[in-house]
Amino acid sequence: MSTHRDPRDRVQVLDEDGGVREGATVPDIDEDSLTEMYREMRLARHFDRRAVSLQRQGRMGTYPPLSGQEAAQVGSAMALADEDWIFPSYREHAAAHVRGVGLDSTLRYWMGDERGNDPDDANVFPVAVPIATQILHATGAAWAADLTGDDAAFLCYFGDGATSEGDFHEGLNFAGVFDVPAVFFCNNNQWAISVPRERQSASATLAQKAHAYGFEGVLVDGMDPLAVYQVTSDAVSKAKDPGPAGDDAPGRATRPTLIEAIQYRFGAHTTADDPSVYRDDDEVERWKRKDPIPRLEAYLRERGILDDESVDAIGESVESEVASAIDAAERTERPAPAEMFDHVHAERTERLDEQAAHLERLRERYGDEELLE
Amino acid sequence: MSTQESNTQNLTLVQAVRDGLKSEMERDDDVIVLGEDVGKNGGVFRATEGLYDAFGGDRVIDTPLAESGIIGTSIGMAAYGLRPVPEMQFSGFMYPAFDQLVSHAARLRTRSRGRFTCPMVVRAPYGGGIRAPEHHSESKEAIYTHEAGLKVVVPSTPYDTKGLLAAAIRDPDPVVFLEPKLIYRAFREDVPEEPYTVELGEAAVRREGEDLSVFTWGAMTRPTLEAAESAAEDGIDAEVIDLRTLSPMDTDAIVESFKKTGRAVVVHEAPKTGGLAGEITATIQTEALYYQEAPIARVTGFDVPYPLYALEDYYMPEDTRIEDAIRETYGA
Repeated sequence: MSTHRDPRDRVQVLDEDGGVREGATVPDIDEDSLTEMYREMRLARHFDRRAVSLQRQGRMGTYPPLSGQEAAQVGSAMALADEDWIFPSYREHAAAHVRGVGLDSTLRYWMGDERGNDPDDANVFPVAVPIATQILHATGAAWAADLTGDDAAFLCYFGDGATSEGDFHEGLNFAGVFDVPAVFFCNNNQWAISVPRERQSASATLAQKAHAYGFEGVLVDGMDPLAVYQVTSDAVSKAKDPGPAGDDAPGRATRPTLIEAIQYRFGAHTTADDPSVYRDDDEVERWKRKDPIPRLEAYLRERGILDDESVDAIGESVESEVASAIDAAERTERPAPAEMFDHVHAERTERLDEQAAHLERLRERYGDEELLE
Repeated sequence: MSTQESNTQNLTLVQAVRDGLKSEMERDDDVIVLGEDVGKNGGVFRATEGLYDAFGGDRVIDTPLAESGIIGTSIGMAAYGLRPVPEMQFSGFMYPAFDQLVSHAARLRTRSRGRFTCPMVVRAPYGGGIRAPEHHSESKEAIYTHEAGLKVVVPSTPYDTKGLLAAAIRDPDPVVFLEPKLIYRAFREDVPEEPYTVELGEAAVRREGEDLSVFTWGAMTRPTLEAAESAAEDGIDAEVIDLRTLSPMDTDAIVESFKKTGRAVVVHEAPKTGGLAGEITATIQTEALYYQEAPIARVTGFDVPYPLYALEDYYMPEDTRIEDAIRETYGA
């Protein structure tokens, strides 16, 4: 890619009513994929509501909601090929589902069962809770793939707050220096718990920080799934098959890209957070007018890809899929207590064997009920 | 025999580090070395000298100056299938990488129930006694030993260094490999040219004795042996055990020795409070109380920030201090 976007120009395809903006290029996505994109977003929204409700009912622990952020997650994840990887933070349930992680697995993780974090064969790295730390893992894995000659792109998600962390700087700096096939996807949802975007950085945009690391930064409307898909596709293509940096390039790195996806989390940071303490309802309502789901739905109806009947059918199938996932997660037997001693190392040490045996003796002597009282 | 002689080389401990890296890199193309100044410069202690010329810049990588970056990217590399051996230039500069080590390297296998692993060896020169500036002399092995999911290895001889490093590199889990830089060039030992391993988690009896047991590791092993020899002149027969691996710790060797002698001294450079001598003492107390004939002594650094070198000789345990504890414990 020889021409570089200005990191202050926001890429947009759809307007707030789902019409195509003047001069915008609509990405080349077939109708089935567009329907899938819509369905994944509906699924994520419904999953999110049910997950928050499960937490409120005491059926699940603390949960980080994603409503409002579906376009950024689904649009970016759908732009990846099978061989590509994602490195999520802790809010990318929708992206993980697109990449093959079952909703029941996600629920089990938030229900406190670590087995839910084993994403089977999906090219999804486990959830990273400490902010920005996964950026280095993505850079390292992309670097390893490059060193071993594998042709894959590595997409890493993080939030606006993460850009203030040292690991953001170190990760993007290494990525530029070693020119690794990474796509850094910043879900700028405006709030790091209660701290607003303006308090994270004096930079006009977060995307422009890429220039300091010698590669391209792109600003995109993160509530426009088509725009997100487009910029992610471009970044993934560049990661795998870079051209020369070009005269207008910010530096010598040809593969990495930083994408800043402007969006908003409609809900709380987690179910333990009360956003009414730090932000106005007016602000939330303003952002809700950009809700990605009605926008894409309007676009697809306009093109005859969706109608009332298919929208209803998708709604029903989404509800049934989430209900099945909740059922599966709740029916899964809790992990055996001894399992916490497995996977500390490849083989249990003698001391871990002793401690596991001690726990079993206590369970036998007192029974779980008395022991856990 | 002559063939055996021709297949060994007389190496210092730091040369054994380099030899261990070289032979493991020859065995396994997935092994790579990365860190600050490890490439063309060969490392500030020359631990990676010659490796850049032998294996090239894709396997011996000079990185930007960023400890969290080095360890964090190594985790990603290891999860993807390589076997990175990142160097921390001094253990005193590992703290920026601490989050990556404890939050991710130590937990990746558990978090993914074994799907993702982190076969990585973090090498770091550690310990005092070399007249170094501030932050270049600490012994923080207890911090890493406390962290479930990490293994911690401290060699004390050139032979063990090569064998333990090879075992650490072949280990499927993350290992913190702390190199006692005080004895990097203190003495030489015959080291086989071919690759070999010294099993992790096994202590070595450096001196057999009947009267009391001294447990130590790293650079403290030599002054402990000197103290034991000196005490032996007065008929005190001390057993000296070099733990070599601090996690997992060879508690069987500790308890077995203590059951024989009934008396113990634990020696480490690190401060006393929260140090591993406490862990070792508690292990003995639990598993061999009825064999105990005297209070267990701890010879350690003081609970002070490591002093600049005008005072470091007073801080560091040395043979007189260790011998004093041996005599007190023997007489108690």
